[in-house]
Amino acid sequence: MEELLKASAVIGGLGGALALLLVIADGLFNRYGDVMIDVNGGSRHLKVRGGNSLLIGLMTQKIFIPSACGGRATCAYCKVKVLSGGGPILPMEEPYLSPAERAAGVRLSCQVKLRNDIAVEIPEDLFAIRQYEAVVESMTDLTYDIKELRFRLTNPPTISFKPGQYIQLEAPEYPGNPQPVYRAYSMSSPAQENGGIELIIRQAPNGVCTTWVFRYLKVGDRVRLNGPYGDFWLRPTERRIVFIAGGSGFAPFKSIIQSQPEELSRRGTTFFFGARARKDLFHLDFMQRYTGRYAGLRFIPALSMPEPGDEWTGERGLITGVLDRHVPDASNTEFYLCGSPGLIDACAKVLRAKGVTDEFLFYDKFS
Amino acid sequence: MMPTDIPPYAPWVILLGAVIAENMLLTNFLGMCSYLAISREMRAAAGLGAAVTVVMTVTSGLCYVVYWRVLAPLGLEYLQLIAFMLVIAATVQILEMALERLSPRLYFALGVFLPLITVNCAILGACLFLQIRNYSLIQSVCYGAGSGLGWWLAIVLLAGIRGRLQPARLPRGMDGPGIALVITGIMALAFTGLAGMLSIR
Repeated sequence: MEELLKASAVIGGLGGALALLLVIADGLFNRYGDVMIDVNGGSRHLKVRGGNSLLIGLMTQKIFIPSACGGRATCAYCKVKVLSGGGPILPMEEPYLSPAERAAGVRLSCQVKLRNDIAVEIPEDLFAIRQYEAVVESMTDLTYDIKELRFRLTNPPTISFKPGQYIQLEAPEYPGNPQPVYRAYSMSSPAQENGGIELIIRQAPNGVCTTWVFRYLKVGDRVRLNGPYGDFWLRPTERRIVFIAGGSGFAPFKSIIQSQPEELSRRGTTFFFGARARKDLFHLDFMQRYTGRYAGLRFIPALSMPEPGDEWTGERGLITGVLDRHVPDASNTEFYLCGSPGLIDACAKVLRAKGVTDEFLFYDKFS
Repeated sequence: MMPTDIPPYAPWVILLGAVIAENMLLTNFLGMCSYLAISREMRAAAGLGAAVTVVMTVTSGLCYVVYWRVLAPLGLEYLQLIAFMLVIAATVQILEMALERLSPRLYFALGVFLPLITVNCAILGACLFLQIRNYSLIQSVCYGAGSGLGWWLAIVLLAGIRGRLQPARLPRGMDGPGIALVITGIMALAFTGLAGMLSIR
């Protein structure tokens, strides 16, 4: 008994002494006081406590830089431009920064420690990014493997986004998924409906998030979202417009069409929607309503492999061939593409062959 | 309390012996995991070697004090493993904080390799050997420094050889850890040849 007490006392004492040493060392070495973050050349000055990472420091000031890995330098979403005061690039950042980014001062904000005053450049629209709590209001099957989900925002109750932007949905832990993951989905609802959002989600084989959505998520469940992100919005020019979508790539266009139908009609818009068979198409009645009301809006669904019972009278063949036939003249036109990498790469190739430059080619690639 | 029958070697002999004849890595095969993982690139290997050397020197001294001044007088020698691990973990932490503040340049040069040292078994090995071999305080510190330098030498040698081998076309199965272990084996043979030069046990 005495032996036991002695042993515990010695190890406890030793541990306590070392812990005390650590606390003293921490107080001695890790004291940076308050530091100033200068955002975008003086547009904002933020006073935060030093010693944390830049990502956390900005978060305490309600500026949310996208981050999926939680500050472990593995997702590389949290890149910001550090103009001064960031220190050297750390070994864990190196794999994620291209030579051009290094030259421009881009860093992973989760790895930049706030030791002194620092000047950073953050895209203005990141200031709008928030964490949202929401409730699943409805889940509709659009096809056998695509669902449309409607969320009502509870906290904060409204969102402001540009049609075409996306949001990250948090898939929580569930059997087979040890830790929360975030997946990006484009909003399909119009920007003016700011109390809720709609997402179109296609079931990916073995997808961590889609498995959760299709197997576990129910109407009334609480979810967490963060956003909005992305720059896939309609550019304010007077050029003609071509939309190209495959599968759930329909979502951003649905939002743009509902938000800005007059502009689409005035500039002249053709919307190509590619699918394999009739059973993969959806929202045809929705498109009929809009094409009926807005004369400048054309909708061209195309099936690459219609099934015998489909009785399909519309366009047939791969979307690249359909595009080639319907867009003889690609000048003075902007192209917006959303879908799988295969679809986008194939369409971009056809369009580049027609002389379309990257300046007028916008895409939102699923990855 | 002091160790009884302290071996009659001059501290500098122990230091040299720990580098050459009793190389921690090449004769005892301790600290293999980080040695294999961080030896792809010379700069990182050299940084890790330097950090290990510093930590080993400091912890050897501290562990000597903890063992002979605290554990042995109380008859608690069997607690040495847990006590040494506590000392090593705390040392690495403090060293990391101090370096970050006092020499940011060195801190950034070592970066991630610094915290990895906590779980390097060569450090614990050195602390255990100095107690088994009844080294005095000054001998212990020299043994720690020598073991660190020896580890540093071994990882830098491996990184150099792997760098030179890069253009070579290796069989698929040999690439990576496979060839690193073969190289280590050959180096160990070479170092065994030096074993007769000095004895420090």
